[in-house]
Amino acid sequence: MGDRPTLRFITCGSVDDGKSTLIGRLLHESKNIFDDQMTALEKDSRQYGTQGDRMDLALLVDGLQAEREQGITIDVAYRFFATPKRRFIVADTPGHEQYTRNMATGASTAELAIILIDARKGVLTQTRRHTRIVAMMGIRHVVLAINKMDLMAFDESVFNEIVEVFTSFAAGFNFSTLHAIPLSALEGDNVFARSARTPWYSGPTLLDYLDSVVTIPEVTSRPFRMSVQWVNRPNLDFRGFLGRVSQGVVRKGDRVCVLPSGVTSKVKGIVVWQGELEHVQAGESITLTLEDEVDVSRGDLLVSVEAPPQVADQFEAHLLWMSEHPLVAGRPYLIKLHSKEVSGTVSSIKFREDVNTGARVAAKSLGLNEIGVVNLSLAQRVAFEPYVTNRALGGFILIDKLSLETVGAGMIDFALRRATNLYWQALEVNQQARSELMHQRPCCIWFTGLSGAGKSTIANLLEQRLHAEGRHTFILDGDNIRHGLSRDLGFTEADRVENIRRIAEVAKLMTDAGLIVLVSFISPFRSERKMARELFADGNFIEVFVDASLEECERRDTKGLYAKARRGELQNFTGIDSSYEAPEKAEVHLRSGAESAEACMERILLKMR
Amino acid sequence: MSENTLESESIEIIREAIAGAANPVMLYSIGKDSSVMLHLARKAFFPARPPFPLLHVDTTWKFKEMYSHRERMVAESGMQLLTYTNHAGQAAGINPFSHGSSYFTDVMKTEALKQALDLHGFDVVFGGARRDEEKSRAKERIFSFRSAGHRWDPRKQRPELWNLYNTRIREGESLRVFPLSNWTEHDIWQYIQREQIPIVPLYFAKERPVVLRGGTWILVDDDRLPLEPGEAPQMRMVRFRTLGCYPLTGAIESSAATLEEIIAETFLARVSERQGRLIDSDQPGSMEKKKQEGYF
Repeated sequence: MGDRPTLRFITCGSVDDGKSTLIGRLLHESKNIFDDQMTALEKDSRQYGTQGDRMDLALLVDGLQAEREQGITIDVAYRFFATPKRRFIVADTPGHEQYTRNMATGASTAELAIILIDARKGVLTQTRRHTRIVAMMGIRHVVLAINKMDLMAFDESVFNEIVEVFTSFAAGFNFSTLHAIPLSALEGDNVFARSARTPWYSGPTLLDYLDSVVTIPEVTSRPFRMSVQWVNRPNLDFRGFLGRVSQGVVRKGDRVCVLPSGVTSKVKGIVVWQGELEHVQAGESITLTLEDEVDVSRGDLLVSVEAPPQVADQFEAHLLWMSEHPLVAGRPYLIKLHSKEVSGTVSSIKFREDVNTGARVAAKSLGLNEIGVVNLSLAQRVAFEPYVTNRALGGFILIDKLSLETVGAGMIDFALRRATNLYWQALEVNQQARSELMHQRPCCIWFTGLSGAGKSTIANLLEQRLHAEGRHTFILDGDNIRHGLSRDLGFTEADRVENIRRIAEVAKLMTDAGLIVLVSFISPFRSERKMARELFADGNFIEVFVDASLEECERRDTKGLYAKARRGELQNFTGIDSSYEAPEKAEVHLRSGAESAEACMERILLKMR
Repeated sequence: MSENTLESESIEIIREAIAGAANPVMLYSIGKDSSVMLHLARKAFFPARPPFPLLHVDTTWKFKEMYSHRERMVAESGMQLLTYTNHAGQAAGINPFSHGSSYFTDVMKTEALKQALDLHGFDVVFGGARRDEEKSRAKERIFSFRSAGHRWDPRKQRPELWNLYNTRIREGESLRVFPLSNWTEHDIWQYIQREQIPIVPLYFAKERPVVLRGGTWILVDDDRLPLEPGEAPQMRMVRFRTLGCYPLTGAIESSAATLEEIIAETFLARVSERQGRLIDSDQPGSMEKKKQEGYF
């Protein structure tokens, strides 16, 4: 049984379709359930079972206690069983719309999907949703399991009708294989043993089919690709590049190219445990050594020189949003693509795709479990392949920079040509030259705090002082900018993010020009202030938190805005119906209620020197 | 995916975890799964040594042969071994007999593990758990996120797509990484055979002194095992499918003395390996509860 191939598949359907029962039966009948587990099952069946005196096979797979009590499957569970021919890994995922992300997770590593249909109900909205997700995640092989045929008296016409409806719906997805099987998971018909009750069905049983379907992707005949995970330097004479071959074959002596740098070299050795190999193919984890001392680091791609993949920094991609907090275009996220981690933003949302109908809907943001097509813009160029060509080099995740949670999963469709046409203008007279002429160190002083906290007052005082000292300064003030540069923007979260992005970029240009820039903006969100900070060199960004309580600001209400907001005449007002995220590590923390504006200014001056 | 693919996947996981770690460690419990995991780690970084130490949380109740095997593997791998015992628990005389398996495990394993991790400030901790072992493990991520205080919240686990593991954490938080997630007991044995991985001799059947308790054979490994009235050790041909603290680990009657025989027996087994572990079944959903509290 040594080198049996493994087939990874996902089961799509809801509890009511008999999904857990089907998996339970596969495990049970392939003798992957031990006696003590059966005893536990008998006990559980009496306590939680839904099958009367019969054993409830579904309880074998509904693992967590909360799930057992509520009778729902809320997460992805992985199950294992084997036949003499193959090992199987089953991703068991929930079927309801609120668990779309769990299903996508299970589908991301699967090669085949079993889509369950309740014969009494036929093709439902949820069937279409499951099929759409399966196709989007790149699964090319589908088994249509038409279950509960026992409740429809194993009627051939019921089966045929469902198959016909499904086949015409699925035609657009271009699955490589699609096979339908009539079965009863509860009673076992056509799961393992051929059923005597479906004489009209001549195809294989479910297990026979899983045992024989050919799903091996064509990854060895295509050009060599390996993402470098780690560089190993045990001593001065050895420099090995560690990774897992994601496509093709590599041989000793092959010419390879390092991307994105484009430098080429030759494979010196393929090092494995206590030895070397002549060649390896896709799927193997190896250590490569190269003939030349070339610069290679984690996240670089080693590829065949004959057919290198593209390199780009702007893409169109499908994106599934997985966080309670919606996607905001323009906000920077960490993006992990193969072993490369890079900062990037969703520059625009082209449309949202209704997961039930496939309809394209205009959207400004994406919420939990929503799918959209977006433009993605990265801070660096990366080597990639479109997801349809290579899942390993075209799939990516988005990580929130503050919560560090995984908030999105994406699939690159193609690179936007803009990336190759846009070059950064190299400038001869640089920031240093300009600032030397002005005899000052340019920097950005970023004031943040509630409306009315005293930001503008302190910024004005500071500018007067600096000006008197002969410094070249400029104030970017929230209200003034909104009258000009940002006059097209409102106060929704997405617009606020864009507003801050513009201000930060303007401030950056001004410091490049040698100026000391004072930015006075509420700037309520941590992630945008972080984005602004990252534009500047260390030490050139001074965040000043002008801290005054909401009560204090509301009492002052110099512009009468709080009163308006309280009357409901002003929407999305920070502190009232929009949140303010206080800085955690501001360079200067001023308590404007307790200190005079002059004292506050002095403290900033101290920090600048 | 053959064994080669399983191996490659695990090596990829180990490398990915190390690339994102500031202070990694590998939990080494000396059992067969730990042996396979250690072997994979050595393969992953060859010709370098794995860039992390091994940590053995020692309850002081392990089988004698486990301690000698541990020393052998440390010498062979050239890796650093850290050991940790909850000395407060030990001083309080916590033992598996008078305090019950549940309390003993909580103090000497779960608490001890947390203390050891806090002491060294490890942020990435490799463990040898497999998804096929137990129901709540089936939903475990490969990179399992633990909040400050080492708590596992099944509703707060990060989605894990493709082979893209999110290794970003904040101070005080940690990741438990399970490179053997997709291995089954069969895979482990076949791999041990193929790679000739050294394992503790207790896995092989031999005549050993045992007593029968609650339907399980307990090895009389040293004189700390209190014999109940009328109980006398008898010599039986037994072996272990899983190794832990000797008073809590049941032996099975078997004549399987070679890897071939063990594999043949495992394929025919009608009882899961965890049944020999007394701690899984002492309360409903017990593994899930232990995990939430920080047990592996």
